[in-house]
Amino acid sequence: MKYFLRRILWLVFAIFIALTINFMLPRLMPGDPATILIQRLEGLEPAAINAVRNAFGLETDKNIIIQYKDYLIDLLHGDLGISISHYPTPVWNVLRKALPWTIGLMGISTVLSFLFGTLIGITLAWKRKSRISDAVLGLFLFIRSFPYFWFGLILVYFLAFNNPIFPLGGATKVGLMPADGWEYIKSILYHGILPGMTITITSMGYWILTIRNNMINVLAEDYITVAKAKGLSMSRIKNLYAAKNAILPSVSGFAMALGFVIGGSLLTEMVFSYPGVGFMLYQAVQQQDYPLLQAIFLFIILGVLFSNFIADIVIMILDPRVRDGAKK
Amino acid sequence: MSDKLLEVQNLIAGYQTKMGRVLAVNDVSFELKKGELIGIAGESGCGKSTLAYSIMNLLEDNGAIFSGEINFSGDNLVDFSAKEIKQFRWQKMSMVFQSAMNALNPVMKISEQLIDALKAHQKGISEKEARKRAEEMLELVDIQKDRLDAYPHQLSGGMKQRVMIAMAMILNPDLVIMDEPTTALDVVVQRNIIEKIEDLRSEFNFSIIFITHDLSLLVEISDKLAIMYAGKILEIGPAAKIYSNPLHPYTKGLMNSFPPLTGEIEEMSGIEGKPPDLLNPPAGCPFYPRCEKRMEICKTEMPEFKELENEHQVKCYLYQGSDNLE
Amino acid sequence: MIKDMLKLFITNRKALLGVIILSIFIFIAVFAPLIAPYHPKQSSDQEGKFQLRAAPSSKHLLGTSHAGYDIFSRLIYGTRLSLMVGIVTGVITTFIALTLGLLGGYYGGVIDDIISFINNIFLVIPSLPLIIVIASYITIRGVWPIIFVLSFTGWAWGTRVIRSQVLTVREREFVKVAEVLGEKPLVIVFREILPNIISLVMATFFTSTIAAVIGEATLEFIGLGNISAVTWGTMLYWAQNNAALLYNAWWWFLPPGLFIGLLGTSFALMNFAIDEISNPKIRKR
Repeated sequence: MKYFLRRILWLVFAIFIALTINFMLPRLMPGDPATILIQRLEGLEPAAINAVRNAFGLETDKNIIIQYKDYLIDLLHGDLGISISHYPTPVWNVLRKALPWTIGLMGISTVLSFLFGTLIGITLAWKRKSRISDAVLGLFLFIRSFPYFWFGLILVYFLAFNNPIFPLGGATKVGLMPADGWEYIKSILYHGILPGMTITITSMGYWILTIRNNMINVLAEDYITVAKAKGLSMSRIKNLYAAKNAILPSVSGFAMALGFVIGGSLLTEMVFSYPGVGFMLYQAVQQQDYPLLQAIFLFIILGVLFSNFIADIVIMILDPRVRDGAKK
Repeated sequence: MSDKLLEVQNLIAGYQTKMGRVLAVNDVSFELKKGELIGIAGESGCGKSTLAYSIMNLLEDNGAIFSGEINFSGDNLVDFSAKEIKQFRWQKMSMVFQSAMNALNPVMKISEQLIDALKAHQKGISEKEARKRAEEMLELVDIQKDRLDAYPHQLSGGMKQRVMIAMAMILNPDLVIMDEPTTALDVVVQRNIIEKIEDLRSEFNFSIIFITHDLSLLVEISDKLAIMYAGKILEIGPAAKIYSNPLHPYTKGLMNSFPPLTGEIEEMSGIEGKPPDLLNPPAGCPFYPRCEKRMEICKTEMPEFKELENEHQVKCYLYQGSDNLE
Repeated sequence: MIKDMLKLFITNRKALLGVIILSIFIFIAVFAPLIAPYHPKQSSDQEGKFQLRAAPSSKHLLGTSHAGYDIFSRLIYGTRLSLMVGIVTGVITTFIALTLGLLGGYYGGVIDDIISFINNIFLVIPSLPLIIVIASYITIRGVWPIIFVLSFTGWAWGTRVIRSQVLTVREREFVKVAEVLGEKPLVIVFREILPNIISLVMATFFTSTIAAVIGEATLEFIGLGNISAVTWGTMLYWAQNNAALLYNAWWWFLPPGLFIGLLGTSFALMNFAIDEISNPKIRKR
């Protein structure tokens, strides 16, 4: 229970830090991008220019503490400012449409990549002397060295353009609505396969490598020798004695890995014009929609923090030492 | 002799490396009777753990038995197939490892870890029977049965080691190898464990190979003592004899360097120098460079065992010529 | 210790392969003008203007871009900046990680608390979105801002592993002995501690260089780099923005990605070898 409270405390604290960073970033930037931008945006309605000013903290009449207070209060009311590229739509309304796509795509792909990566990593460590293991490991080392977006491009090129098995991009067939029911869902799945594959394959390498290393370390432990000496079956040794111990550090390292996965997913969306947060981030960058950019960044951090928290809870369930507070 | 349980003959074992074979156990022979406790003493790296792993057939990866015999009640374990050894191990002989902290799986309850050994060898044993047996074993090592479902980290170091002993004895083996079972524990707990082991031995009459660098402890509990150095046994015999009359210069050095009563010898402060490289063992006596009484012949040749008194044997040229003791 | 590592490094097949690939890239970068048939911004020769969007031919091995530049020449010249950004960022990142790791790990106390705190925050913030946000605020487009952003966001992981290694090494006997003998902290850090974490420092360098190579390509691909610079990343940017895919111009977007991947692989191989060499548990098996 103490562990649980500590994790909640850290979550709250981290969220606070994230909010602060999000507030500070535009105000810390060198030069004066805002003015340049406002000049470029000439002809835009004054209210839009105001939105930019707000995002950059150019309200020189207010001191920074008051600005910070206003920022927090606005956030509490769900007010993330006005989007420049979708003016005059509030940022939240723009972002809201993108969130479900990303959460769905990224969530499923991340879970799949973790599951497959863990399974493959365990097998590679268990059969580490075989040549096939070496080859598979090499293959994933190789895949991991490519930029995710490039890998996505290749998949599009071979599986959507050259051999039109899958759609080139988007999340559904144009014109289909949720009201179309099953057709709509089928279309979502169909459109999700290539981007999902990209994320899964590119991020899998990370899990494979970590779990393989953990597993090799665990296999050198005395309790594995004891298990063998006791005459247990190979599958019991592999799963209950080795894998269970090897997975733990991997789950607790989930937060770090999530950074890679999210990076990969954002880029994948860009390549597939998938209407999620990543693609929106890309558009926000292109159109210099800073309020939207900030909001997306904030949501990504919050997403990471919550996933991190869930990983902490899973660890608590899996590891009796953590449950008893015997291990940090 | 019919009461002979284990006979190791000319065992050579070690590790295959890129640079060649490391002979961690180099021509080791000894016998063990039923119910007897043999202590094997030596500095760390002398090959005593490899010897234990060889007998258990647990050498892995690049480790292997290169030649020799391990006869256990008439069967040569070296000839056993993987399947046979898997059946045999833990049933007839088991092992207690140096650090119980590492020898118990941290994410499984001790009940599960005790019971799975039972289930692996006694097919068809019911969950209830297995649990009962596990409870009995815990009580035998003075752990209350309500701790059966504890996780290792919930037990103290001494308790963990007692769980390990219970685990080693759960199938009622004829031989238990104990590899530094008390090294990681503090002195009081050590004493407890040793007393427990002696109690259990007198009750169940199993044999023990007790490995440690703590010579004073061995002198106290062993029937028989073997002094190991650089993969070889240099002196072997009844513990009391070796204590009262150490023969080999190395044994003498060890005896001099241990503090009175009980205590550990962290380093062999009494003897200068380092053991030889096991990758290229010297042709002669491995102790030659450090020996105070070395002779020309020791550099190039290693003598065979010479029995000087009833069962007290030594490999040293100091005693080769004469039949009488110094 | 260092000599042993070098020896093992050469005898390790993975490391050797990595070194060979890296050497080839360095060779290409240094001798780019000799290897490339044209200047990267040359769109005509004495025979007249180059054809736009040409397919590969003997004249243009990998065809030409929408502006008539020879893609093969751009690929060769692109090695220079891409390699430079990767290695410079790797060096800076490793330097920051090493400094902070040594400071926090060796001195402990308040310094360590502050470093660990900032470190933990940077570990949780996903780096790519942070990189994108910062880069989009910086209005100067070019190689140095990219190096700055990648170094600024890339030091956290290295700092963490180096710090924890320093913490273990400083408890070792030889460090304690040096302290008792009254050696100055700097001497202890450089003579006693540093040699013992050298493999970790190398691993940090390799990892951060891979991250930098990929990070650079990513930023440029999104258009946050200097799009007139000749790098693999900007090549992909132009290919994407001119629908190379839909023109079936695989020769435009395949080679730069492949080069990025190969360069990354070479560092990954060396990194893996370091791991094998320095982690006896992995080496033994």
